[in-house]
Amino acid sequence: MDLSFSPEELAFRDEVRAFLASALPAETRRRVLESQEVSKEDTLRWQQALYKRGWGGPNWPTEFGGTGWDPVRQYIFEEESAAAGAPRLLPFGLKMVGPVIMRFGNAAQQRRFLPRILSGEDWWAQGYSEPGSGSDLASVKTRAERRGDHYLVNGQKTWITLAQYANWIFCLVRTNPAAKPQAGISFLLIDMRTPGVTVRPITLLDGSQEVNEVWLEDVEVPLDNRVGEENGGWTYAKFLLGHERTNIAGIGASKRELSRLKRIASEERKDGRPLLEDPGFAARVAQVECDLMALEITNLRVLSAEVERRAPGSEASLLKIKGTEIQQALSELMMQAVGPWALPSRRDRSTASAAGPGYAGPLAATYLNLRKTSIYGGSNEIQKNIIAQTILGL
Amino acid sequence: MRFTPTPEQQQLGDMVQRFLGEQYQFEARKKILDSPEGFSAEVWSKLGELGLLSLQVPEELGGMAPAVVETLLTASAMGKAMLLEPFISSAVIATTALRELASSRQREELLAPLAAGERIAVLAHFEPGARYDPRPVVTAARRSGGSWSLKGRKSVVLHAPAAHLLLVSARTSGAADDPAGVSLFAVSREASGVSLSPYRTFDGRCAADLALADAPGALVGEEGRAFPGISAALDQGVAALCADAAGALQAALDTTIEYTRTRKQFGVPIAKFQALQHRMADMLIHVEQARSMSYLAAMRAAGPAGREKRQALSAAKVVVGNACRFVGQQAVQLHGGMGVSDETAISHLFRRLTALEMELGDTAHHLEQFIAAGAAEGT
Repeated sequence: MDLSFSPEELAFRDEVRAFLASALPAETRRRVLESQEVSKEDTLRWQQALYKRGWGGPNWPTEFGGTGWDPVRQYIFEEESAAAGAPRLLPFGLKMVGPVIMRFGNAAQQRRFLPRILSGEDWWAQGYSEPGSGSDLASVKTRAERRGDHYLVNGQKTWITLAQYANWIFCLVRTNPAAKPQAGISFLLIDMRTPGVTVRPITLLDGSQEVNEVWLEDVEVPLDNRVGEENGGWTYAKFLLGHERTNIAGIGASKRELSRLKRIASEERKDGRPLLEDPGFAARVAQVECDLMALEITNLRVLSAEVERRAPGSEASLLKIKGTEIQQALSELMMQAVGPWALPSRRDRSTASAAGPGYAGPLAATYLNLRKTSIYGGSNEIQKNIIAQTILGL
Repeated sequence: MRFTPTPEQQQLGDMVQRFLGEQYQFEARKKILDSPEGFSAEVWSKLGELGLLSLQVPEELGGMAPAVVETLLTASAMGKAMLLEPFISSAVIATTALRELASSRQREELLAPLAAGERIAVLAHFEPGARYDPRPVVTAARRSGGSWSLKGRKSVVLHAPAAHLLLVSARTSGAADDPAGVSLFAVSREASGVSLSPYRTFDGRCAADLALADAPGALVGEEGRAFPGISAALDQGVAALCADAAGALQAALDTTIEYTRTRKQFGVPIAKFQALQHRMADMLIHVEQARSMSYLAAMRAAGPAGREKRQALSAAKVVVGNACRFVGQQAVQLHGGMGVSDETAISHLFRRLTALEMELGDTAHHLEQFIAAGAAEGT
């Protein structure tokens, strides 16, 4: 048993660090580290920089143009990227539809779609949720009817993250309304420039427009854009949900946020002393730090099991639950650390005369925004159902 | 990075599991628990025969130290079985103290019988009023001629009634909480001036308060320089406690899953109820997080002194302590009335988990220590 990285892994980490130091634009880095909004260009420029370096697909096998890194190297890459303030790579192409196309798509689909994910030419969105289908995903109602060489698609998708930037969307659609819910679903790839696709932004509680409604009205989708079998979509959807493991806990980003919390709590004063020296506040910070240390090791245990091909299964659910609880706890403490300076809204702060220290700016908005983490990607309650069924065998 | 034990380590772990599975089932343990001594000399000597008491003995004396993974696996299996015998007290803490502090002649003389399972030693260090702080040592040792005599009190010394040898810390110079000036003495439990007030802990292990009235002791190692060795022994103790807890936590979860699958109410196994399933999912998260920290504690306890070690050990005790409390309480709750009955394994596991959280520093203590070690970072 050995909890430290091997010399080869440490050398790899140095290589990643060196690349981040030279290639990550300072302005992008600043926005990420200060929780400012990361622009479409920030994200795309970074994907392209990685692509040029041959690192466009950190989690992909070499046969599809990926790096072929093992889970531990992927983890190191993600952790170093987060620490350095690199924007999060878009998961929708790299971690969701990409692996589905690799596993279940045909050769033509692989040639057509995969390279454009790596290069950043295509921006994918995930079209799973509907107004009536959240945790109960198998109840999707969006209809796809066969009309010769294409499907005619009608329905509404919602909570579609960054669909305003996307040119492609992968959707779960109902192709057989007569079958059992899980047995009548297909997995379609839809070009968002097709007539009948409408995107309407949803304003979130923090004022951001991160998610959208996507309306599909008589949208014609070629049969060639169906992945796998007709009515086999549920299998692919489940594969996708269980696929992202290496970064699901968000260890790197949480470590970065913990450092920021400590910096802020050292600046803030309570009774003339740094807030971080207040026993009550310090204890809450320390508790999260201890939990994060434990989660980092739990995450490494899961990865190492994966390297050794001992199927990690639904340990991903554990990582998701604990990881999001920690992210939320950190954002809560940061907001509370600045006290009343958390109150001025982000929108008005730039013009208000007394808006407090600069770092206070986005803290409340981040806290509000991160409530999503325990809801998305399979709510934490759904994750507990998965643990109960698969790990505990209940 | 590797989390799997080597085949040899795994073999040892399996062997301990097998031994305890055969010889330490609930009923067998109950007999030992109800015996006047509260531990089994027979089990103890078998542990010696199996080589488990020499894990922390230096190699040159036939032991396996540091045996990080072996100790981890052994303690974890013993936690699962709720071992009553003084593995951690004697084979980990007292053995480490002797390894760290004793002269080579003393090591040979004192460690061999411990490793063989012929004798038991415990470290008597904490004093009344010190809570979990290891620094205050008021018990005093005076030299007259060539011999030392000790005067003072030690409190809640686990397994002291089972011990032949007491390793007693005492002040030979300096102020009450000065780490310099603390010395370690080997004191026979039978010596004049040694009096024990024995009792059981609420989880059934034997323990005692200790009064020393001019008790004769032999200086172990160098005068006034015992504190670092005592610290190292307590660190090994914390790591072993975390491993022990990881085993007991897993047992509590397994037992609860098993019970809720068989217990029927409203015509269905209660494991079918989502409120209970989610509780067990929460228990599993605590168990896995605690196991992770038992690994970290084991690695760091054997590593170099410093901030990283202090923080890792305290963080481990915090995460493990929280897990012990949550999993123990929920396990009892999910067992319903059976959970509060003395007849069931779960009530014994609950008592064990509750005690584990309070040994060698509770969660609040270690959270403070973690903060203090982190604050020392910049200085």
